[in-house]
Amino acid sequence: MHRSDFPLLARSPGLHYLDSAATTQKPAMVLDAIRDFYETDNANPHRGAYALSARATDRYHAARERVARFFGAADPDQVIFTRGTTEALNLVAQAWCRRELEPRDEIVVTAMDHHANFVPWQQVALTLGARLRICELTPDGRLDLDQLRELVNSRTRVVAFPHVSNALGTVNPVREIAAIARPTGALIVCDGAQAAPHMKVDFDSLDVDIYAFSGHKMCGPMGIGGLVGRREILDSMPPWQMGGDMIDVVQDEFSTWNVVPHKLEAGTPNVAGAVGLAAALDYLEGIGMDRVLEHEQQLLALATQRLSTMDGITIYGPPVAERSGVLSFTFSDIHPHDLATILDEEGVCIRAGHHCAQPLMRRLGVPATARASFYIYNDEKDVDALVRALERAAALFATAVTSED
Amino acid sequence: MPVEDLYQAIILDHSRRPRNFGPLADADHEASGRNPLCGDEVTLRIRMEGDTIADVRFEGSGCAISKASASVMTAAVKGHTGEEALVLFERFHHLLTNHAAPAPEPADTPLPSSLAAFAGVARFPMRVKCASLAWHALRSALQPPNATAEAPPPNR
Repeated sequence: MHRSDFPLLARSPGLHYLDSAATTQKPAMVLDAIRDFYETDNANPHRGAYALSARATDRYHAARERVARFFGAADPDQVIFTRGTTEALNLVAQAWCRRELEPRDEIVVTAMDHHANFVPWQQVALTLGARLRICELTPDGRLDLDQLRELVNSRTRVVAFPHVSNALGTVNPVREIAAIARPTGALIVCDGAQAAPHMKVDFDSLDVDIYAFSGHKMCGPMGIGGLVGRREILDSMPPWQMGGDMIDVVQDEFSTWNVVPHKLEAGTPNVAGAVGLAAALDYLEGIGMDRVLEHEQQLLALATQRLSTMDGITIYGPPVAERSGVLSFTFSDIHPHDLATILDEEGVCIRAGHHCAQPLMRRLGVPATARASFYIYNDEKDVDALVRALERAAALFATAVTSED
Repeated sequence: MPVEDLYQAIILDHSRRPRNFGPLADADHEASGRNPLCGDEVTLRIRMEGDTIADVRFEGSGCAISKASASVMTAAVKGHTGEEALVLFERFHHLLTNHAAPAPEPADTPLPSSLAAFAGVARFPMRVKCASLAWHALRSALQPPNATAEAPPPNR
């Protein structure tokens, strides 16, 4: 499905790219949009007094509107562009907490969070004397919501969690989690990096305060992403990075700030990236997010079923119906790193390691897992290739010859 | 580049039945190493007699390449001096990275076959750190005072 839209895949027929959770391939439409921007509308936006600069400004503004529409946000200024999810979460952790957090306040994160939604909160808690609390998991890889209810209290100032786990594929019940957090008045921060590419996300109906995303995980270029936030939260936040565009007046002794979104976007923006991202959203909505999800679920179900029949396969995470297109597994005593090398020989690209989720891996009791992830350009042939390559790995490691020391 | 050249029988054997695996009670040198990219971990313990490596054992977890390399290494350096072991490391590292430059001396003495089996790693550059992790830990362990070996710096 759609593989021919993607130049890199079109020119590599033997490549079975199963690492979209790490980054996605780009359709020609996105590449064309970026190139077109640089060829026709490139200038520094917001500053120039000439038509070309005005066009660049319009392109950037249009991209912001496009992202807002994608996420169902009524006001485009609710969208803050950053380099990606990691930067968006760091922005909130630092800028919001600097003003709001006091010693002995509490921040809740989860055991399944990616380091980008774990480490910033951990560190800001250490710096400001706040306490990091961790929501643990059930044996089948879901968040333990009963424990979360015990965890939140009147001192809870932030509840941060992933919409979809990048390591397990678990799709978390965002509204239910937000409902548990709301009574405390805590800031509710949702890491949407692994969700936004795969399913319809409507910011208002999720009832979170901040929703972070990455362009490169949804057919957009690297170096662009951001967050959707409640306007009053963004208005109340002090700036994070300082410099051009985010100021209003700069005196010798003090400065005043521009309004949202500019206040939180210092320096020359990645307009080309934003334009590319907007094109990616057009591409995805051209397929339809429901269809995107359905396609992935089909492949995930097929892959899960075929892997489950192989001796020695352990699959991590909840059942397929509650997962996004991520399949995390181990294969008898073959280390995931060795699996990845053997699969690579067959043109199958998977990820091996801790998936930027060391707290999770420790709780799973494994040093690493192998992770295959599916997206719109994958099909059954990719699943076939994965299974064939795993069989080859099994055969290779079955030869344990005794030798002289 | 057939992956069988990397996962030779001797490597699979050493990873499945690692030699010299376990604690060393009377160790007087110790060093640890970690490969942050893939999570390979190794702790090396050595007992010296004079400048000879009298006993060496390792513990840790990791991929087949890292485990087999540690196992083969401990067998290869036992009974040698620290200096001889480090020369062996230089020659082994050269094998792993397949430099165009000539092999370090002594070129006329072939590497033990167990070490030579890792020649395939040169064609899988992402696995060089796995194969050399235990050796970096060894070098750290032999240096006074003992320090934890950091993973080798990222290539390129």
